[in-house]
Amino acid sequence: MSSTNKTSAEKMSFAERLKGMSDTNLLLTITIVIFFLMYIGAIVFLGGGFLKPQAFFNILNANAALIILSCGLSLVMITGGIDISVGGTTALISMCCAVYLDFHGGNVPVAILIALLIGLAFGLVQGFLVAYLDIQPFIVTLAGMFFARGMTTIVNTNPFNVENEAFVALKDTRITVPGLGSVNKLGKYVPAYVGVGVIVALLVVIVMFCVLRWTKLGRQFYAVGGNKQSALMLGINVKRTKFLAHLICGLLTGIGGFVYFLYVGSGSPSHASGAEMNAIASSIIGGTMLTGGVGNIVGTFFGVLSLSTIQNIVSSAGLDEAWWTGITIAAMLCLFLVIQSLVMSFKKKA
Amino acid sequence: MQTTGKKKLGVSGLLGKLVRQQMFIPLAALLLLALFNLIVDPGFFQVSLGYNNAGNPVLSGYLITILDYGSELAILAIGMTLVTAASGGQDISVGAAIAISGSVILRVLCGRDSRPETLQAPIIVAFLVACVVAMLFGAFNGALVAYFRIQPMVATLILYTAGRSIAAWINNNELPIISEPSFAYFGGYIPGIPVPTPFFLALICMIIIAIVLRMTNLRLYTQAVGINESSSRLNGLNPELIKVLSFVILGLCVAVAGLIKVSRLSTINYSVVAKDIEMDAILAVALGGNPLGGGKFNMTASIIGAYVIQFLTTTLYKLNVQSDALPAYKAVVVIVLVVLSAPTVKDYFAGLGKKLKSQSMSKEVG
Repeated sequence: MSSTNKTSAEKMSFAERLKGMSDTNLLLTITIVIFFLMYIGAIVFLGGGFLKPQAFFNILNANAALIILSCGLSLVMITGGIDISVGGTTALISMCCAVYLDFHGGNVPVAILIALLIGLAFGLVQGFLVAYLDIQPFIVTLAGMFFARGMTTIVNTNPFNVENEAFVALKDTRITVPGLGSVNKLGKYVPAYVGVGVIVALLVVIVMFCVLRWTKLGRQFYAVGGNKQSALMLGINVKRTKFLAHLICGLLTGIGGFVYFLYVGSGSPSHASGAEMNAIASSIIGGTMLTGGVGNIVGTFFGVLSLSTIQNIVSSAGLDEAWWTGITIAAMLCLFLVIQSLVMSFKKKA
Repeated sequence: MQTTGKKKLGVSGLLGKLVRQQMFIPLAALLLLALFNLIVDPGFFQVSLGYNNAGNPVLSGYLITILDYGSELAILAIGMTLVTAASGGQDISVGAAIAISGSVILRVLCGRDSRPETLQAPIIVAFLVACVVAMLFGAFNGALVAYFRIQPMVATLILYTAGRSIAAWINNNELPIISEPSFAYFGGYIPGIPVPTPFFLALICMIIIAIVLRMTNLRLYTQAVGINESSSRLNGLNPELIKVLSFVILGLCVAVAGLIKVSRLSTINYSVVAKDIEMDAILAVALGGNPLGGGKFNMTASIIGAYVIQFLTTTLYKLNVQSDALPAYKAVVVIVLVVLSAPTVKDYFAGLGKKLKSQSMSKEVG
């Protein structure tokens, strides 16, 4: 202790600044490095399957909804809160849209509107309870999750596939990626493709990144999560900012819910089970701190990719039993939580 | 909080005092539910003595169901109250932990064979092994919370995600079935006693915790840590140890609940057993009027809360609500409860009450 006291004040502040600056970026770097290491490891050890561009785009296709959900969740976590209702809400949205499209002969634009409204309603109520009534976000969103799951069953009990033509056409729309593709077994060149959901997800990532990085509102989210007291002294309306975070998360859940529905094309009470855990895990792996104030949307994006790559590795390594997925996700979550905790305590000591 | 400076006795004063009692919320909820059932169908309260398949006398009726299934919830509520008080958060992995401890019990009882003719180990040994395993998982949760300073609900998210997978892995995803009839006593009836055994198990747990709370400083220390961690450290307590201890005690409660759960079916369904029970356990603590942010706690209120929750569940079942739709109704109850107990809302009502009082006072004067 005495040796650190002896160092000059200037040096101390420089070291502190360095550590303070690298907080978000350090975690982001760890995430990206781990993702690339994992992907390269998968290519080396598990063979050529992962080498095809389409393998990568399939991960994107399957996880477009998760990317959007995780973006919303990261935002809430940056303000120091949490939202575990996103999975339940996604299931509710798919079920409502499915029932509307199939049983009531609806059209796609209105279905999108329904999805957004359900998401916004959840964000509105939960945001109000958390921000203005000062109730613990976990309790509120836990209730939200159970409410959404229960409502899904009340809306319709049995799973079914949607056969609405306009919807199926949209679901099967493939956008080819120029310049990438592979030759299949018959010697035919097959271009790589992504679904509509991936485009939406990428747009969400870009917009959210810009908002958080360059707008006044975006900086307010970080300020509120970092230190509520000093944010208040800076003249930031803390309650409104928290409320907005939940509202935006609700909106993104609406978008993500519809993208999920677009990918599965059916309604079922068991849809998106555990999606909230995956979204939280992705955000944490992406370097978002649970304590708030630290996080990056690009990190979240890579967090989702890391998580799904791990799942792909687990299933293609022959450990196909369902329990391995749960255990690996939990182990990864545990690892990253501990790393974060250590980084935090290290920073405090410095 | 309590401004009972003026000794003013009157009907409104007495009522206010009653409302401020912590026991008021669970007992009022119980009364409301009972009244509701009495109006809808008085048959709800019928208890009849019958004989089960084995020819033993058993009591049956909705009230007995509440006593039966409410008991496992009451056992969990004991541990959850301590965790809530010490750490200011809740353990959401109890359902998954029950799956693990139940799976351990079956694994020890069955040995290598999944359908054994005879038990491979005494039930008490299996139970003790499950206790140790559940306490270890509790210690794991507690260590993440206490030493790594992760929010309790997020730390327990890890076990929540992995728990059921671990439970399936312990038994190689097989479904062992115990044919030994004495194993079914714990979740059913002991021959000759018409009251369900879980009630007695809950009673034993309650007596033990009552003795512990009376004889040791556990209550004082837990509350001190929950109210202000740093000042409790300055007073010579070890807050980390107490937090871990509360999670370990919850682990013990989980093992007992796991025994009841697997004994009911003599087998286990990894993805369904004790599903959503964490919600009920947290709800029991909240209904008991314990602050969910930690600090003071009232064990009796939590236990009554647990039985009230089961009362609500049974009532909903009786109204033909699907089991999958139950969470939606309970979620509404939770939201109403937390909104009513939110400080902002309390202050608002207190302000409203003062306004009314001053108005009536001015009327009297006028």
